[in-house]
Amino acid sequence: MVAVTETLQTINQLAGTGYKFGFETDIEMDVAPKGLNEKIIRLISEKKREPDWLLEWRLKSYRAWLSMEEPAWARIVHPKIEYQELHYYAAPKGPAPKSLADVDPELLNMYDKLGIPLNERAALAGVAIDAVFDSVSVATTFRESLAKVGVIFCSMSEAVREHPELVRRFLGSVVPAGDNYYAALNSAVFSDGSFVFVPRGVRCPMELSTYFRINARNTGQFERTLIIAEEGASVSYLEGCTAPMRDENQLHAAVVELVALDEASIKYSTVQNWYPGDAQGNGGIYNFVTKRGACRGRKSKISWTQVETGSAITWKYPSCILQGEGAVGEFYSVAVTNHFQQADTGTKMIHLAPNTTSTILSKGISAGRSSNTYRGLVRIMPRAANARNFTQCDSLLIGNHCGAHTVPYIESRNQSSKIEHEATTSKISDDQLFYCRSRGLSEEDSVGLIVNGFCRDVLKELPMEFAVEAQKLLAVSLEGSVG
Amino acid sequence: MLEIKGLRASVGAKEILTGIDLTVPDGEIHAVMGPNGAGKSTLSYILSGRDGYEVTGGAVSFDGADLLVMAPEARAAAGIFLAFQYPIELPGVGNANFIRTAVNAVRRARGETEMDTVTFLKEARNAVKALAMPDDMLKRNVNVGFSGGEKKRNEILQMTLLKPKLALLDETDSGLDIDALRIVAGGVNAARGPKFSALVITHYQRLLDYITPDRVHVLAAGRIVRSGGPELAVELEQHGYGGLEAA
Repeated sequence: MVAVTETLQTINQLAGTGYKFGFETDIEMDVAPKGLNEKIIRLISEKKREPDWLLEWRLKSYRAWLSMEEPAWARIVHPKIEYQELHYYAAPKGPAPKSLADVDPELLNMYDKLGIPLNERAALAGVAIDAVFDSVSVATTFRESLAKVGVIFCSMSEAVREHPELVRRFLGSVVPAGDNYYAALNSAVFSDGSFVFVPRGVRCPMELSTYFRINARNTGQFERTLIIAEEGASVSYLEGCTAPMRDENQLHAAVVELVALDEASIKYSTVQNWYPGDAQGNGGIYNFVTKRGACRGRKSKISWTQVETGSAITWKYPSCILQGEGAVGEFYSVAVTNHFQQADTGTKMIHLAPNTTSTILSKGISAGRSSNTYRGLVRIMPRAANARNFTQCDSLLIGNHCGAHTVPYIESRNQSSKIEHEATTSKISDDQLFYCRSRGLSEEDSVGLIVNGFCRDVLKELPMEFAVEAQKLLAVSLEGSVG
Repeated sequence: MLEIKGLRASVGAKEILTGIDLTVPDGEIHAVMGPNGAGKSTLSYILSGRDGYEVTGGAVSFDGADLLVMAPEARAAAGIFLAFQYPIELPGVGNANFIRTAVNAVRRARGETEMDTVTFLKEARNAVKALAMPDDMLKRNVNVGFSGGEKKRNEILQMTLLKPKLALLDETDSGLDIDALRIVAGGVNAARGPKFSALVITHYQRLLDYITPDRVHVLAAGRIVRSGGPELAVELEQHGYGGLEAA
């Protein structure tokens, strides 16, 4: 398996550091003062030259947030987050870049180190990239070729200025401002993110991709992504995330909203590799993310695929609201936790219309002293005749000090619905390891091979060029988990 | 060449091997026969480096190197191959990928260049055909959903492609019907040559009808109690193991 060879090389390169994206980029930043209040929100809005309605929306969200409390139901523990100690805006100094030529070379350098080619000629064939550095989108590639077919792919800030009617119509329509504590916070202070609009009948000709990077110290990152696929349109979108290694924890609270109209299809893939903290559990990203897609149209389809290997804490439930008749929701997930990482992740499939179907395939891998929880809701509403759900949750344990938990919630209010739930928990057996090693594979490679096999059904849902990346990531995340 | 001298080993407090002396020169096939519980599988596991056995005495060398200090993967790289009595399932791992990964891991460890996919698949398909295995054998997940006979044949397939210097066949004949037995034996015979040796561990004589051993050893109560030519296997088949343990 080529991937295993590459995995080995990757591990060798790491030479004990474990996290290869942990560098910091030295760049002049424009940072707002610490703390959160209406003044800061006005400042963010002003920096971005936003229209009044958006400022009002932010302030409304902020007031809602003030009256809310952090949710306590997830199986995670962390010290209290001091929201007033964070910066809510950080951006590279100077005017916004007009084109790639205007982007700070230091920044381009950093993306190069991350292996993200922003230079269009060097870019992976057929992948358009939007890069978000701390709070600001720095460059979007392939814009012109996308524009030719009518696809809009730009930063959220730009969309607010260039396509205010679309943003105003859809922003907060899937995840309302006061949806939950972290979503309300995001709605108040979101700085940037990606915006995608695929018009009626257009199949987006290339993979769209965003890379998120937290660089500044004590900075929260609150990006907001909105993807709209009109009738018969289809798009595949991938996000990747990394952050420098720091001893303190950093907050990331993003919101992603997807809207699919009649017969539209949106495939949203995530390879999340935020800094997970060190082997002793110091540092790492707190990742509190709200992702939700609305299948508004008949026979629309939304598919979430996630490979979650990073973050000290992952709190994330990409969901589908199946409003259109015959709509399809899918959730494919691999979540890996090692050392002291905690993941509480899963999905919600809300069946509102007849003949809607959903599939959930979750693979949790826990190693070290980590905790890995699948939490999923399948809700069939009274109008959803003949709705169907199939859920499979598999947990793989490595070692004797980690935990795997499965918390399914199933609510059916329509008797014609059919819901299936299967779950397994297994350990990598000594027999499997010995079998591989007796054939010449090292212990690390053996674990990598077995884990990749365990995740295969999910990994094959990823776009080709990222599947290999994801396989490497799995092996690296589990480095040092055996022996 | 494999040289075992005075090998003693225990599992927990129980001594399983009580002093084994055995030499397998290059190019020879030796059979190890014996009743249940004699220590046959323990011997193959210790030679291939499985955890859970404590070597309490003696030494094992392979081509002059101390085998017992080597990790299982290093033994594989040195040319040792164990065909498992109960092959292990690896869900989600494609058989071709698995074997190719193993072949290249071994080649890398020996400082050889890796084999490219096209060359590997060509060799693998030929081997699959020679073992009369179904065409999809390479695409299926390692041993998952295989019948008992298919699992055993898959071990021989791996052996054929890994080209070991010493193969340990741990009751490869058990659970095989006569046709499968003939095919598996054919796989081993095809590997025969001046640089290939094998330790064929078996309960019955019938595998030895197809693989003619150079030497036959009888293992009882943790040590070799008799050694002889191929005729010894026939004698055992007629008279059984009874009385041997006392010998």
